[in-house]
Amino acid sequence: MSASNRIQIDGKEVQFSPGETILEVAWRKGIAIPTLCYLKGASPTGACRICLVEVEGARSLVASCAAPAAPDMVVRTDSEKVIRSRKLNLELLLGSGHHYCVTCEADGDCRLQELAYEYEVETVRFTESPARYPVETNTLITRDFSRCIMCGRCVQACNDIQVNEAISYGYRGDASKIVTIGDRPYINSDCVFCGECVQACPVGALVAKPSRFKGKPWEMKKVRTTCSYCGVGCQMYLHVNKGRVVKVTGVDGIGPNYGSLCVKGRFGFDFIHDANRLNTPLVRENGALREADWDEALDRIARNLKKIIDKDGPDSIGFLTSARITNEENYVAQKFTRAVLGTNNVDHCARL
Amino acid sequence: MTNPIQDIEKSDVILITGSNTTENHPVLSSYVKRAVKFKGARLIVVDPRRIPITRHAAQWLRPNLGTDVAWINGMMHVIINEGLYDEAYVQNRTVGLDELKQIVAKYTPEYVEEISGIPRAELTAAARTYAEAPAASILYAMGITQHVTGTDNVKSLANLAMLCGNVGIPGGGVNPLRGQNNVQGACDMGGLPDVYTGYQKVDDPAVRKRMESAWGVDRLPDRPGLTATDMMNKAYEGELKALYIIGENPMVSDPDLNHAEKSLKNLDFLVVQDIFMTETARMADVVLPSASFAEKDGTFTNTERKVQRVRKAVTPPGKAREDGVILCDLSKRLGYAMSYKDSREVMEEIARVTPSYCGINYNRIKAKGLHWPCTGTDHPGTPCLHMDQFTCGLGVFHAIDYRQPAEVPDDAYPLFLTTGRLLYHYHTGTMTMKTPGLNELAPACFVEISREDAAGYGLVEGDTLLIRSRRGKIEATARISEMAVKGTVFIPFHYAAAAANRLTHAALDPIAKIPEFKVCAVAIEKV
Repeated sequence: MSASNRIQIDGKEVQFSPGETILEVAWRKGIAIPTLCYLKGASPTGACRICLVEVEGARSLVASCAAPAAPDMVVRTDSEKVIRSRKLNLELLLGSGHHYCVTCEADGDCRLQELAYEYEVETVRFTESPARYPVETNTLITRDFSRCIMCGRCVQACNDIQVNEAISYGYRGDASKIVTIGDRPYINSDCVFCGECVQACPVGALVAKPSRFKGKPWEMKKVRTTCSYCGVGCQMYLHVNKGRVVKVTGVDGIGPNYGSLCVKGRFGFDFIHDANRLNTPLVRENGALREADWDEALDRIARNLKKIIDKDGPDSIGFLTSARITNEENYVAQKFTRAVLGTNNVDHCARL
Repeated sequence: MTNPIQDIEKSDVILITGSNTTENHPVLSSYVKRAVKFKGARLIVVDPRRIPITRHAAQWLRPNLGTDVAWINGMMHVIINEGLYDEAYVQNRTVGLDELKQIVAKYTPEYVEEISGIPRAELTAAARTYAEAPAASILYAMGITQHVTGTDNVKSLANLAMLCGNVGIPGGGVNPLRGQNNVQGACDMGGLPDVYTGYQKVDDPAVRKRMESAWGVDRLPDRPGLTATDMMNKAYEGELKALYIIGENPMVSDPDLNHAEKSLKNLDFLVVQDIFMTETARMADVVLPSASFAEKDGTFTNTERKVQRVRKAVTPPGKAREDGVILCDLSKRLGYAMSYKDSREVMEEIARVTPSYCGINYNRIKAKGLHWPCTGTDHPGTPCLHMDQFTCGLGVFHAIDYRQPAEVPDDAYPLFLTTGRLLYHYHTGTMTMKTPGLNELAPACFVEISREDAAGYGLVEGDTLLIRSRRGKIEATARISEMAVKGTVFIPFHYAAAAANRLTHAALDPIAKIPEFKVCAVAIEKV
């Protein structure tokens, strides 16, 4: 490596690879630069102006997420000018809409809130702009435009990550808005409700409706698991509050899904606590099923299976294990069929 | 999948066939869309419906239902004829090209057009695109396998991939997209009638002996058992007396439901272990309540053979128990003490008896899964199969002739029917239909029909139709759609109230015993 592949950040000499942005080099080296709009895997927009840094010789502050590192650059990420500018930008953002945290779903998990606190924004100097667009909601996603900071992460998530191409930037100036084609509500648009935009939203503008008022982030236990729908095996967090799964999010930074989920994985979790879940063994008596305890139900199964094995042999029994249960359970099921029942009549729904 | 999911973004050409990827594997479909949009990959879609992913395709070929062997042979005909195949790869890594050449000789683009309806020029162009790519990936799903020629279809795709040197390279491969969270794992774990874990044959005496000693039993059965579809037939005939079903709803998902219903009714004893009172559970003699995925620890193995953790987040409702715990309890009552402290201990036993899983344990997959084969605790796993040589040595070309589907339209049943899933529901809907938002987006069954056919039958959107096949009939509303092509209708199979599988054909692939869900003949009329 030649000296020309080096830049200086906050007095530290660091190497960069061609094409890397100042932000990427800094983060790789553990130098914290805050962002609101940066989304991994998508092209930078430079929209939020929070990642501004001072570059020696540049006329103004530079958005580090969009500026490629260049040989011998001298960068300051924490100069007074930088801090002042970030703080001003935060004040402007807080004044740009209705950033009322008390019942906001993002409270406690909001980048704007975190940064405002970190940069000690005590009061909002600018009067709050009135809401230009009403809240739009459907059963799955709520869009509160008054909380939108126009960072564009949702647009990138939709176009660059999921490539569903359902939303984009609309209108201009004060009227700016994230829109679907024809500015129709999500429910009547090309949106397929994957919720990538909801997960990408750094504030409370896009919210999973079924999780609204179901718990603050600090009340939730997040349990990492694997999705139970298709075979892709997306890694997800089940957010649990008071013994109930109230929200599902994708696990960022790890394959196969790198944070992405589909509509079923993200929203199709109501079945877990559905009132119609089977909660007791049932046995048939006089033609109808009635409740039983485990001993009665299992004894009846054992008795009948034994009787059939004795009379017609083990091959007169079939066992369908399941593509829905775990490896460990499938292992136990086929071992049970082979070693206990004594037949190889074990299969599952792979073909159906 | 021979290749990991991430490889899709390394492909120069992606061929998708028999997979409605955006609806059935949405997150994986984003890899395809990103490859096309940002990495310059060319996408070829071969599918009887104008499925949503065709929007991103350079080419969409539309074959008649059940003509896959014909168009794949046709592509190979062009590739061989024009000398576009990978000679060095074929020479070094495969056998059987001569036999393949003989068979595909007659599959000229003209002949294939007669069978499949794919215009000859389009087939030729697709063949060239696929063959000329440095790395081309094939993605397929049930649209390829659920045919009486399912095995032939898959072997044909493997032929095509090997011919062009696309197996065992990054960005290549023959990649089945598996439809259920742990269908790969259920197969890996020996949930199949002919194999123990890791595909070790039950009729291999050495393997059997090893399992007998591991499990502490005298004599394990030595003949392969019945497949699920055969079990239903044997129940129908009265030879199978008892069936124990976990987490499956054949009363909606089986082909020819009238046959399935008679089969289940004919049993002396039926046990169903599930999380809901399904259509199948209603027929059981004993119903056992089990725990859902959110209520247990364990692992699932995904479509790219990656073993990943499942973790308990909440407790099961009422008296419901984990499936494995139920079976251990039952085994004790049958005189064989199976007992495990937890799922970790089961995985340790799996690793001991399964060469391809022997390096997998919970400590290693805590943060990130491992791809099998993983043959030791220091083995990194195998994201891409067949890199230096095929598992079996040389790759074998199978010379395969085209055969018709079991049922094709005639005067009495003039339309083709094909079935599948929708984005917003999963299989028989027992889980997704509990979410109001999903029900709003896909509330009821429908028949997807082309504009031309709708005009021919004098239909407007929303008309109630009676759909009949030789097996049964259902009612559903008409949805006139750009996705449908003249002569073929599509019905989602999720809805028990209008179950598409009342219509479907139970004809089986002779080897895989998979039913031909994707092709049958129906008649429609306005109610």
